[in-house]
Amino acid sequence: MTQVAEDIMEISMGPQHPSTHGVFRMDVRLEGERVLRLKPVFGYLHRNHEKIAESASYLAAIPYTDRLDYLCSMTNNWGYTLAVEKLAGLAVPERAEYIRVIVAELTRLQNHAGMVGFLLQDMGASGTPLMYAFTQREKVLDLFEELSGARMMCNYMRFGGVRVDCSQQWLEATARLVGAFGGFLDEFEQLLTGNEILMARTQGVGVLPRELAINAGVTGPGLRASGVNYDLRKVDRYGVYERFQFRVPLGEHGDVFDRYMMRVLEMRESLKILEQALRDIPGGAIMDPKAKLRGLRPKVGEAYARIESPKGELGFYLISDGSPNPYRYRVRPPSLINLTVLEDMCLGQNIADVVVILGSIDIVMGEVDR
Amino acid sequence: MTLEEIRSRLQSGVPGCQVELVVNGSPSGQNSLLLDRDHGLAAATLLCDQIQLDFCSNVTAVDWPDREKTDKVKTKQMVDGEEKEIEHTIKTRIPGFLEVVYHLFSMTKHLGPVVIRMRTGNRSDDVTLPSLTPIWRSAEFQEREAFDLYGVVFEGHPDLRRILMWDGFTDYPMRKDYVPPPDDELERLREQ
Repeated sequence: MTQVAEDIMEISMGPQHPSTHGVFRMDVRLEGERVLRLKPVFGYLHRNHEKIAESASYLAAIPYTDRLDYLCSMTNNWGYTLAVEKLAGLAVPERAEYIRVIVAELTRLQNHAGMVGFLLQDMGASGTPLMYAFTQREKVLDLFEELSGARMMCNYMRFGGVRVDCSQQWLEATARLVGAFGGFLDEFEQLLTGNEILMARTQGVGVLPRELAINAGVTGPGLRASGVNYDLRKVDRYGVYERFQFRVPLGEHGDVFDRYMMRVLEMRESLKILEQALRDIPGGAIMDPKAKLRGLRPKVGEAYARIESPKGELGFYLISDGSPNPYRYRVRPPSLINLTVLEDMCLGQNIADVVVILGSIDIVMGEVDR
Repeated sequence: MTLEEIRSRLQSGVPGCQVELVVNGSPSGQNSLLLDRDHGLAAATLLCDQIQLDFCSNVTAVDWPDREKTDKVKTKQMVDGEEKEIEHTIKTRIPGFLEVVYHLFSMTKHLGPVVIRMRTGNRSDDVTLPSLTPIWRSAEFQEREAFDLYGVVFEGHPDLRRILMWDGFTDYPMRKDYVPPPDDELERLREQ
């Protein structure tokens, strides 16, 4: 903490601060409690993930992608395998596509539930909402454990399909969870959405205008809260998403409340997708027989693939030089790029609101710093 | 809109701009446009304003070190009064460069990806490229990352500092010829 001038103070928020969601620092200049300037500082968790993946084979990079956004390993796997499939021209069997959709939407459910819990925790609602969210997240993680053997570092997808098939019992257990999740959401919303304190802390706070959101490359629920209809599940229609009926929730004001509402509404849409996917899932193979997992050597060329991860657009850019490891491996991390507008959203707000605004962006440092 | 059409729009809209189509051999079929760096900013402004590529998704750098190309050439020579074919190997050095790749999309028209790239003169003292952050804010942190890990200097960037490595660090760890210092040396560097 330094006193710059009379009434103007510079403080360093983080890196060891419970509200920064990991090791993240913000250099904030304050006039009283009002934010005059805010500069995010990264790199505390930097391990040069891209360099590690460039020195590993295509297959060996999959477990590393689990550790990017460590809450959503399934969607990280999907983004990477989609890029390799584009690069090597591999097809994915139908059953594997459906399993991918199911695990990705389950990931979205547990991520969004956890995000809302943490957001409320940041506002000072200690414990209750987060524990409610975590009881549900726990059930999703149990399903992941049964399917892949791991709760968080699932390492489940492979280019050309998925690693192991799911059993009928697993599908039934998932259907039970999906059936009960709506009731949890009703309860959750009853507790939160109309809550006066939540509205006072979030409405009109951290407004992100539509034009700035597009220009700054904000993606995911944060973008849609500002009223931009851009969901890659609808735009790119990767996988088998064109077969499902679901809507894309849009916000009006682009404030923290809208970003909270986006998460709740997206969970309800995810439930719709899950119900349809669980109903329609076909039998058959789970791996492309032509896919060669070990020693894959794609032709010289490059590919960029992106998916709608729970945090936003997760992209992977690969360049192959014909050797068994990628010449260039690049992750387009949604968490990092969504932070571009953190300063714009915080200027003129109170220091206590900075914590809430940061919580509403939903970052994971494993992905920001890589 | 095809890449060929975008290319001709760029050539007519930005006088003197050299645009080269880079063909991608992989099944993804994502070809790209190589812009010359003197007209890069003007070309990108046109792409954003007229073709409405309003969303710059991914910005990254690629390192292409110096390479040696070996060609075998056969020439006829007189050896001991007899004409013989002798094989020579000619080695040509292809100088390396750093390349910056932008993946552009349109949120309003759902176009994309349109891939544009720019190249530096070499890898040591001629590494300046125009920054596209004034057009797309989303490039701000990603260009900083390319500067930090590859050493590409972006002219016109509002805040070009190291982003992931610490400020006193001098090397560029994502380059292909980077050799990490020994652990104790790294420890000493960190403490400085």
